[in-house]
Amino acid sequence: MSESLVTHTPGTLAPALLRRSLGDALEMVHGVDAVALEERAASLAKRSLKKESKVWGLKLAISMMDLTTLEGKDTRGKVHALCQKAMRPDPSDPTIPHVAAVCVYPTMVPFVRQALKGSSVHIAAVATGFPSGQTYTSVKVQETRETVAAGADEIDMVIDRGAFLSGNYQKVFDEIAEVKEACGPAHLKVILETGELANYDQVRKASLIAMFAGADFIKTSTGKVTVNATLPVTLCMLEAIRDFQHVTGKKIGIKPAGGISNAKLALSYLVMLYETLGGEWMNPDLFRFGASSLLNDVLMQLRKERTGAYQSGDYFTMD
Amino acid sequence: MTELETRERLTPGPASSAVVWEYAPSLESTDHVKVASRYNLFIGGKFVEPHSKKWFPSLNPATEEQLSEIAEADKQDVDKAVAAARQAYDKVWRRISASDRAKYIYRIARLIQEKARALAVVETLDGGKPIKESRDIDIPLAAAHFFYYAGWADKLEYAFPNRNVAPVGVAGQIIPWNFPLLMAAWKLAPALAAGNTIVLKPAETTSVSAMFLAEILQEADLPPGVVNIITGAGATGAALVSHDGVDKVAFTGSTDVGKRIQRSLAGTKKKLTLELGGKAPNIVFEDAPLDQAVEGIINGIYFNQGHVCCAGSRLFVQESVVEPVIRKLRERIQTLRVGNPLDKNTDVGAINSKAQLEKIRELVESGVDEGAEIFQSSCALPQRGYWFAPTFFTGVSQSYRIAQEEIFGPVLSVLTFRTPEEALEKANNTPYGLSAGVWTEKGSRILKMAQQLKAGVIWANTYNKFDPTSPFGGYKESGFGREGGLHGLAPYVVLS
Amino acid sequence: MSPRLAVRKTYKLYINGEFPRTESGRYYTVTGKGGELLANASRGSRKDLRNAVVAARKALGGWGAKTAYNRGQILYRIAEVCESRAAELVDELRRQGSPAADARREVEAVIDRWVYYAGWSDKYTQLFGSVNPVAGPYYNFTVPEPTGVVGVVAPEEPALLGLVSRIAPAIVGGNTVVALTSEKQPLAAITLGEVFETSDVPAGVVNLLSGIKSELVPWMAAHMDVNAIDTTGVDTQAIATVQKTAAENVKRVVHFDAAGIGWDDTRRSQGPYAIFDFQESKTVWHPIGM
Repeated sequence: MSESLVTHTPGTLAPALLRRSLGDALEMVHGVDAVALEERAASLAKRSLKKESKVWGLKLAISMMDLTTLEGKDTRGKVHALCQKAMRPDPSDPTIPHVAAVCVYPTMVPFVRQALKGSSVHIAAVATGFPSGQTYTSVKVQETRETVAAGADEIDMVIDRGAFLSGNYQKVFDEIAEVKEACGPAHLKVILETGELANYDQVRKASLIAMFAGADFIKTSTGKVTVNATLPVTLCMLEAIRDFQHVTGKKIGIKPAGGISNAKLALSYLVMLYETLGGEWMNPDLFRFGASSLLNDVLMQLRKERTGAYQSGDYFTMD
Repeated sequence: MTELETRERLTPGPASSAVVWEYAPSLESTDHVKVASRYNLFIGGKFVEPHSKKWFPSLNPATEEQLSEIAEADKQDVDKAVAAARQAYDKVWRRISASDRAKYIYRIARLIQEKARALAVVETLDGGKPIKESRDIDIPLAAAHFFYYAGWADKLEYAFPNRNVAPVGVAGQIIPWNFPLLMAAWKLAPALAAGNTIVLKPAETTSVSAMFLAEILQEADLPPGVVNIITGAGATGAALVSHDGVDKVAFTGSTDVGKRIQRSLAGTKKKLTLELGGKAPNIVFEDAPLDQAVEGIINGIYFNQGHVCCAGSRLFVQESVVEPVIRKLRERIQTLRVGNPLDKNTDVGAINSKAQLEKIRELVESGVDEGAEIFQSSCALPQRGYWFAPTFFTGVSQSYRIAQEEIFGPVLSVLTFRTPEEALEKANNTPYGLSAGVWTEKGSRILKMAQQLKAGVIWANTYNKFDPTSPFGGYKESGFGREGGLHGLAPYVVLS
Repeated sequence: MSPRLAVRKTYKLYINGEFPRTESGRYYTVTGKGGELLANASRGSRKDLRNAVVAARKALGGWGAKTAYNRGQILYRIAEVCESRAAELVDELRRQGSPAADARREVEAVIDRWVYYAGWSDKYTQLFGSVNPVAGPYYNFTVPEPTGVVGVVAPEEPALLGLVSRIAPAIVGGNTVVALTSEKQPLAAITLGEVFETSDVPAGVVNLLSGIKSELVPWMAAHMDVNAIDTTGVDTQAIATVQKTAAENVKRVVHFDAAGIGWDDTRRSQGPYAIFDFQESKTVWHPIGM
């Protein structure tokens, strides 16, 4: 499918006036060569960042984190502690920024709102029958509305993988559009659950459907399945974002989530972002990490850069 | 929270202007590597001074500083080397068991692995290629070639069924400067496995890794004279090729010199293989996975600064996808990091020599003069050293010099086509025939193109992939004979 | 001054990269030429065999997915480690009854055989694969693929060389192996397990069981998850029964008759055909057209 079949001049149409259809998305679908994609991701991961460039990247990574807790056993207390960590990741170092957002289940939103009062850390919540998404569209829409009303700035929704895998792309598209509407002023991240999609071709297709349906961000994973974010799958999504921007002029954000366990890997993601989409994406409005244990590893790396010595986990609080 | 409140919270900060992220230099350490200030010839298992007592400088092309001094072998030295090879052949190498031959070659492979990092540093210092390439491609492949052919040494009866297999004798081998150690491995390994002894002449601008290899051969206890390494320039090579004591000549280099060698061997009984230049077509169809195809294009022409005989230097794009391909190419070229080859983040290193840089400049100028449209990466180039920014030309006609002649630099010519048949015709319309690339999702088209393309190596949905098991070599003026795989043994045996 | 008191080695099984005792707790006595006690070797049980097959099956995917080059490197590494432990292996063979010169020759042949097969890893495909010129616009090629889990019954003698000669061609081709060692002389074979474990051989690729062959062979022959069985070390009288039992899941039955051939005969006791014995052939068709 050739992008040049889209006849308007890129970036000239006001987004509000554009009626997007599933057809627009499917037109831009074409194959993705897995071997070459993975090679490219691996070669980007070989970049070596030192000194100031490394410290800058690590601090940026912190400012891009959605500190997350999504467990059945979450409580007000747990969420409150997480929010303290979110606002002041390392009390001993004032140059360390606060994270981008705290991400929780809908019923935890009021506690987060309370804990984050006066801070610029955003309130993100999952909704739409997270993580499986196997429930009624009406329920998903209602859940979204109520969660936004409770104070969420951002909604992380899941796509209907069952519909997608059985070829019912219209359902996937329409559902995203409905949830986007229910978001009101809140930003919508659409989770593709790449670990459940068969291959990169499907990841590209799902990315394009999500973006044309109204996503502000596309996100790799719920973090609840075996395979979550990987460098190549994220690269595939970045390439879809790039193509989407060329055709519509709109910049969509990206959030790899789950499986980003250490600072080195986080930096590789940022390198990949920088060399694929460029400097304009290097901020929390267009890139997030969905992570929990990553933060402490980044803090340890930063302290190592500052002091010159390798660190121990004993010196960093869990929350 | 009111909608207004929420909206205020969410308004992005001041217009996020594009951030520029400077990766600090990440230099490969060189302090564990000792390059001697002067090297001699390696003959009969020992380092001996050149008969002429002349040495010539070898420069680091990234800094123009002298890296070392290399011995200049003259006719007498060539005589000595060939005699040593003959002696070793008659007295030792053709007498020991095949499985012992194998063991020696395995030792060489292992030693290369053990010294991999030092060899990679040397290769980068001497030739200008990025450390990331010498470390991850050149050196590992060199070891792998010795490993592969070591395994054939005692299995030749299976490679040539129903024939008595004997070595040819003394092989004279001349290698180029673009993959110095790797080319040495490509030449030495099959020759040794088949039982030949060798006199090897490395390229004059990149002889240092060959000297390190000589030390490895000593460490492996390879019987003296089995491999001799004589350094020097064109005259040394000519003397080697024309020596009566040489039974087989193997040459990798320019087509011009290859033809000269072929002429000079006429009337003699010497066996010959040639691996010469190329002007490979890289063909992108409209259904190709575009981003990966662009990676393939980039890798095809900018890998190793374009100093690759099989470089995809003629890009053929199906007209229906010219716009996105060129756009993506332009964006991607800007992310190529050109600079200090010792920096682990460098993608494109230095041009190997001043002479080569002049050649590239001349041809690029001709492209502009003939009317092609030039696009060059806006990367900053270091002050000292030999550098050329990654470049591509659009609006190129088949007849332009940049579409006909091998540039051997980071310069791509872009042409278009409408139908596959047209692409085939244009792709084959060249005296060269070393390699080709095909990018399409359609399997049958890959196979059809592969069937029709007149090239010795065809890459489908990939480019510049090499493996010791995979035969490599050209059609037409790109040379004859194959290196790698079972086929790579044939030039080094006599069947009866 | 009294002689130093030795710390005697316990000879266990080698399964899934570990050295467990037999789950049955039974042992049998291994004696030297003069009847002296050498060791209480594990008397492997059918359950040990079952566990070994599970380990071999699990290891199959990973071992087959390695590049041929990698597998060759690992076999070469086995040779290196055997070389460095040569003295120990020679000693065990001697204690089991081999004259010194024979033991040394056997160990040298073992090392050379590993090197030999290492060299085949990335070549046998070029021998046994092919591109077939079918009469039609199709690209047609045949590739060899590993058969799967191979059961090996090693010959009684030579205890080490015989075992290695049957294991090496199976694993270099991407198969995984469950092997029954020589019954009377299992010691050097079990030490070989230590060699595998220190040579980058992934857990489960080779599994070694000592024990009474007449107890274990019928279970191996009948096991539905063993794809091929090498009967080289099976008693001549028992072979027909093994073949019959093996038919239950159409096992490939392979036998090397060493009668009249020296085990260290490098022409006839080793070769690529031994690898091909444990390979399937897959042929693929694809149209050629624009």
